[in-house]
Amino acid sequence: MTTISKPLPTAMRSKERVLAKREARPYINPYLAGILLGLVLFTSFFITGGGLGASGAMNNFVVFVEDAIAPRHVDRTPYLLSIAGGDKNPLDSWMVFMLIGTAVGGALSGWLNGRMKLETNKGPHISVGTRWGMAFLGGAIMGYGARLARGCTSGQALSGGAVLSVGSWAFMFAVFGGAYGLAYFVRKLWR
Amino acid sequence: MTPFPLPLTQLFGHWGQYVIYFLIGVGFGAVLELAGFGNSKKLAAQFYFTDLSVLKVMFTAIVVAMVLVFGASALGLLDYNLVWVNHTYLWPGIVGGLIMGVGFIIGGFCPGTSLVSASTGKVDGLFFFLGALFGVFAFGETVGLYDAFWHSSYMGRFTLMQWLNLDTGIVVVLVVLMALFMFWGAEQLEHIFGGKEPKDAPKWRYGAAGGLLALAVAVLVIGQPSTAERWARIAPEKEAQLAQRAVQIHPGELLELIHDSSLRVIMLDVRSQTDYNQFHILDAQHVQPEELPGLVGTLQAQPANTVIVLMSNDEEAATDAWKFLVAESVPNVYILGGGINGWLDTFADDEFRATHVVVGAAPDTLRYTFDAALGARHPAAKPDPHAYELEYEPKVQLQIKRGPSGGGCGS
Repeated sequence: MTTISKPLPTAMRSKERVLAKREARPYINPYLAGILLGLVLFTSFFITGGGLGASGAMNNFVVFVEDAIAPRHVDRTPYLLSIAGGDKNPLDSWMVFMLIGTAVGGALSGWLNGRMKLETNKGPHISVGTRWGMAFLGGAIMGYGARLARGCTSGQALSGGAVLSVGSWAFMFAVFGGAYGLAYFVRKLWR
Repeated sequence: MTPFPLPLTQLFGHWGQYVIYFLIGVGFGAVLELAGFGNSKKLAAQFYFTDLSVLKVMFTAIVVAMVLVFGASALGLLDYNLVWVNHTYLWPGIVGGLIMGVGFIIGGFCPGTSLVSASTGKVDGLFFFLGALFGVFAFGETVGLYDAFWHSSYMGRFTLMQWLNLDTGIVVVLVVLMALFMFWGAEQLEHIFGGKEPKDAPKWRYGAAGGLLALAVAVLVIGQPSTAERWARIAPEKEAQLAQRAVQIHPGELLELIHDSSLRVIMLDVRSQTDYNQFHILDAQHVQPEELPGLVGTLQAQPANTVIVLMSNDEEAATDAWKFLVAESVPNVYILGGGINGWLDTFADDEFRATHVVVGAAPDTLRYTFDAALGARHPAAKPDPHAYELEYEPKVQLQIKRGPSGGGCGS
């Protein structure tokens, strides 16, 4: 984004580096955030007829790279074929543009609110390396599950939930169930 | 016709429409960041009951968007039939959801939030995002091993209203009440486990809750537009089409459509079971008028190159069915001009037409008799398209679909 500025005062540890010279503001009230998110979601449905999404576009990116490296493999795998077969361009999709917008919007808000900061958020009892490894592992599990469920938290739970899809509600409770079921056993990661 | 959702491709062009999606994405990313969802510690706290922001933000967003979507639909601004409702694949959804829950508590994000996190410089967010890309890649490489499961328990566009067999407005109110109850419970848990005082939370949230409930009740009172009301809105334009015979296609055109390999033709025969058993066109499906409402979802989910042709003995019952489907926003619906009687006039041989005709048949009844219930085994059920040189005015023009054909996470 901007130039990486000089390290913060020692009290904040040199590991954290501010990417913009602003004071970090607190996060907004969750209900207010929910109302704003609801308005964005409604706008999406109202104008385009579809909801929000993230993991679908990630799939398009992955298949785009696969198609560039191993086009014949893509043409032999039915699932991949449906996304990038022949002259289909997987990046020619609204989901991809929404994902790019999401990154831009997040960066913009983080920058304006002084939260643009090179750091690693983790529980107090694990090392930065462990956190990175766990983040990658959790991401891989989540990415796999999101494709299996045909949607992530935003595309299935949030969007499908708002337009009252039965499958989306079942999915949503399953996500919370899975996370709560395991939370106690991995509390060392966060507590 | 309801003005929303907008026909984006028509308005902005294929690539131009993506600007809209980009802007919606900007709003989405900004709100996630404002809520604190770029911070894995805040997300994980949800599962230790110290900070239930995840639940509050998600359910507030769901109920706000829900009330507005169904409110706009009640007022005739938005066509809910054109809104994408994630199709239900029950068990893959539940198993995938459980797996995602595991990934959530281990990794601390979901895909969208990890992207926001990475874009604000959080290294753990970046690692999660890369991990998610790897997981997506691994899925693409392994789904072939259990493809049958991935496509199992498919229920199509299946809504809570259909499942509970309740009116839309009642479901909307119930979901709002459930969310408010969950918020109350969440604040209790935060008080017990996180030491937060509910009275420190802003007072305006009571007003917001009341306002939301009032809007939900308004949605219930106004009610969703019935098929008759939907028809009334489009009647002038559509009645004119019927009068100009713009949607009644010649039997010859139907025969050509059936043999056009770039199209998918769905023929719905709305006559009585007896007539259908006597004779029907090959591949025509028998549908009773009262079964049509249950078919709307399936018909809307068809690919854009689908043509639906309705048929009765003459045109009367088919026209009623046409009005219903058109009012429910099913695209590309046509009527077989002259009905099955007209089809037999065109394609049955001279001898059959001379010997089996019923003189003075009542309107919209079968004008020919059959020696047995032949169904589609009669020669006229599958005429050879090369054997006829018919002159007619082609009428089928495929409409461009409004609304997306897939959800935000693809399928």
